[in-house]
Formats: sequence, structure tokens, C-alpha cells
Amino acid sequence: MNHLPQAWGRPRDDVYGPYDGSYLQNDGPNQHSQSPIVTGTSVLALKFKDGVVIAADNLASYGSLARFTDVKRLRKFAETSVVGFGGDVSDMQYLDRLLNSLDIEEAYGSTGHTLNAQNLHTYLAKVLYKRRSNFNPLWNQLLVAGLDGEGKPFLASADLLGTTFSSPSLATGFGAHLAQPLLRKVAPDEETASKLSLEQAVEAVKASMKVLFYRDARSIDKYSIAVVTKEGIDLKQDEKLENQSWAFAEQIRGYGTQVN
Amino acid sequence: MFRNNYDNDSVTFSPQGRIFQVEYASEAVKQGSVVVGLVSKTHAVLVAVKRNAEELSSYQKKIITIDEHLGLSLAGLASDARVLSNFMKQQSLSSRLIYGRAIPLSRLVDSIGDRAQTNTQHYGKRPYGVGLLVAGVDELGPHLFEFQPSGMTQEMAASAIGARSQMARTYLERNLEKFADCGRQELVVHGLKALKESLAQDKELTVENCSVGVVGIRPDGAKTIEGFKLFDGQDVKQWVDLVAEGAEETAEEGMEVDT
Repeated sequence: MNHLPQAWGRPRDDVYGPYDGSYLQNDGPNQHSQSPIVTGTSVLALKFKDGVVIAADNLASYGSLARFTDVKRLRKFAETSVVGFGGDVSDMQYLDRLLNSLDIEEAYGSTGHTLNAQNLHTYLAKVLYKRRSNFNPLWNQLLVAGLDGEGKPFLASADLLGTTFSSPSLATGFGAHLAQPLLRKVAPDEETASKLSLEQAVEAVKASMKVLFYRDARSIDKYSIAVVTKEGIDLKQDEKLENQSWAFAEQIRGYGTQVN
Repeated sequence: MFRNNYDNDSVTFSPQGRIFQVEYASEAVKQGSVVVGLVSKTHAVLVAVKRNAEELSSYQKKIITIDEHLGLSLAGLASDARVLSNFMKQQSLSSRLIYGRAIPLSRLVDSIGDRAQTNTQHYGKRPYGVGLLVAGVDELGPHLFEFQPSGMTQEMAASAIGARSQMARTYLERNLEKFADCGRQELVVHGLKALKESLAQDKELTVENCSVGVVGIRPDGAKTIEGFKLFDGQDVKQWVDLVAEGAEETAEEGMEVDT
């Protein structure tokens, strides 16, 4: 018997042939993310009178394959904020665990202090910027929705470079091209957004989700939608797009099987 | 011959269940000149008596500003207070940098409490020889915390530490009910009166030996705060005059004016 410790627990060479330990070696350079792998598409959000509406569909794509059809991409934080994740799903899961531990740390001991959406956005932007500075980015674009320190609606974005910006309406990914103009029509500036009712805001976001499902090939008709207000968070994760009408598809010309 | 064998380090209990090194550190706090802190519904105030080593020297620093929203006053080893206050400044700054948030006072005080406690539990380390009063405001309003070398921290309505602070504490206990509704100036005057109780027979409060730190929330629910401000020298004259000998009547008058 081989008494050397490195042989313990390994298949015996004399029975199974020499052990292939190549997977244990980490030769070659350390590799960082060069591209996202499993991805979520757009996240949409719109401010209104008393808070923010935010939505994202439940699909995680593997390239053009609709690989996972029940992935929730909106996340609550401390019953005060919602984070919406676009981009790489495994990096989203990493950030999710990071936020869980942050939540526990924050709730530990001290009474009555919680991070608001603005604090959370600042933190996440720092995390993303730190990672990109290590040439190992978290391949996401995030929308953070909630209330700021003064209890006013707060909505801001942070991306894989650590870039941040804020607007009455925001959309990531394909939605930045397709949904953003639709949302801007409803709320062109802060003042208009501050007069929107909850119903108007939800309607606008749902309409945009439908347009995205029509035209974004990486989307699905199941989605999550959350409303953040002073009263708390109303998060629904199993919504279905209603009143779909594909009649317009007949009119589309110029690509596909037909020639003209 | 009968030397105490249980006070060589801070990790050994005496048979009576005491840790002498920690008790000695508390004695160091009692050597420092007196500092008083008190809170109302809107303000937190620190007042302190400064000592000068000799006639020609400057006066010792007793109140340190940590951040926009808080400051502390110390009694005991000033160099230990410097270590702790530098740590607190770092913590406050990192909270502002990472979260864009002023650090909650209880969080900050807990963190120095933890630091001080570990010093009482490791061989070769010594407890901090300083007591602190930490005053500031956060989302929940004004606060005052007391810190002891043992690592004990407590939130207080009013407190006094340092040499002969018992006299000041007695004053604070007698007037406790009045503090909550005090305005800014009234609160400072109460602090100085408490401080005066603790002074040695031949000493008086002057603009030279007196330090005042004030922090508060703005009235009518405005979000901006009245940041921690340290007053020294001629800046404390306005209050010192109010508690000076034979100025009692004017003091009462002055206290009506609340700015």
C-alpha cells in the first residue's frame, strides 16, 4: 500500500492507471471575465408621485438560447429598496449574496438605522468600480429604486465600469433603445414624474415591457414588477404579459423568409 | 512583601474576580480634568475644563471634532484619545465614502467599544487610559454616549467624567428634567454650571480654560444639521459671562433668548 498522504483518497494507480491530476494544477494565466455568459436582458424603471416602479422579465439567456425561464432579476433590499439586474446572471447571484451579507451586517445590533436606496446605490457603484479596476468586472448594469434620505423617490443606474447616472426613467440593455423613449414620453423631466400617479406609471412600464417582448429576441412574456413607496415594497414575480397582439407582425417586410 | 500579584497584566483575574489593570485605567480617567456632556431634544453639548501644564504653556485640547455631525471630549491620557479619535475619523470618512451616509453614532461608539474591549483580553496589551463623551446627531436625532477604558459604552441623557466629576453629576441629576426641552444656549449654560460645580476651590471658569462643543438638528424638520462646532477662547465669552459669579440674574434673562 502507498502510505504517502498525497495518495490518500485517490484511485489506486495499480488498479486504475496513473491519476490524472492536471485539473488540480492552475497553469497558465489567471483568467478574468471577458464577456457575460448567461444573461438577463432589459430592466425598466420609472419614478412617479410617491415612489418608483421597476420591472424585468424572468428569462436568463445562454447566448440566443432561452436557457432559464424562471429567473427572478428584481431583488428587495431591507424592505426599503429594489435592485434590478441586467447582464450576467452569475455575477447577479454574487451581488445577491453580497447584498444579503450587507443586509445582515446593517441589521445587526444597532436600532433604527437602515441603508436607503441612495446609500445602496453608492455602495454598489463602489463595488462595481473596484472590480473593474482589478480588470475583473461584474458584468451587470443595475437599477436601484427606492427612496432617498429625504423620503423622495430615488432611481439611479450603476454599470460594470462603475459609471452612475440618474433620471426620472431608466432602462438597461435593449430597453435603453426601445423602452426609454416610451418612458420619456410619459415622464420627460423630474417635475412631470413627480405628478404621475401609480396607475399611470405601472401602465407605462407594462406597455414598455410588451413592446420589448415584441421586439427583443432575448426576452420572455413572464416578468417581475415592483412598486417601491414609503409604505413598503409590492413585488410581484410571476406576472404574464396580457393583451398581446401580433397583428403588426404581418406588416413587417424586409427580412425573414419572405423577400418583399 | 505583600505586593498585589494580580495586576501585572490585563488578562488575569484576581481571586475576588477583578481585573486590576482595567481598574487602574479607570483611575487614569479620574486624573483628567472634568468634561460634561448633555442632550436636549434638538442639541447635544460638550463642555470641558482645559488645564495648562505651566503658566507659560498652552492649554490642553479637550474636545475633538470627528466629522460634520459629531465630536468627542476626553478625560485621561490625551495620546490614547488621539488614537481612538483618529480611528473614529477614519470610520466616519469611510462611511461617507462607501455609502454616502453620515455614520450612525451608536455604530461608531460600538466600534471603539469593541476595540477597547479586545485590549483587555490579550496578553501584552493594555487598556486605553481614557474616557470619552461622544456627542452628535444622526437620523434618530441628537445623542450622547459615554465610553470607558473597560470597553463599556452607554447612551446617556447627561454625563460627566474626569477629576471630581461627581459634583457635576450631582448637578446634572438634580436638573435632569429640564434638559430635554432646553434650547441651544440654555443647554450650554446648564453644562457650564455643572462644570463649575466640579472646579477646585480657587479656580474659576474663564475664556482661557473653557471649551464648548455644540451640535444639533435644525428646527422645523429641515434635513440639514447644525454641524459640530468647537468654541474656544473669546468665542465662549458669551456663555462664560452668563455663569460668572454674580451674573445669575442676567443669566436667567439671557436664557429666555434662544437663538
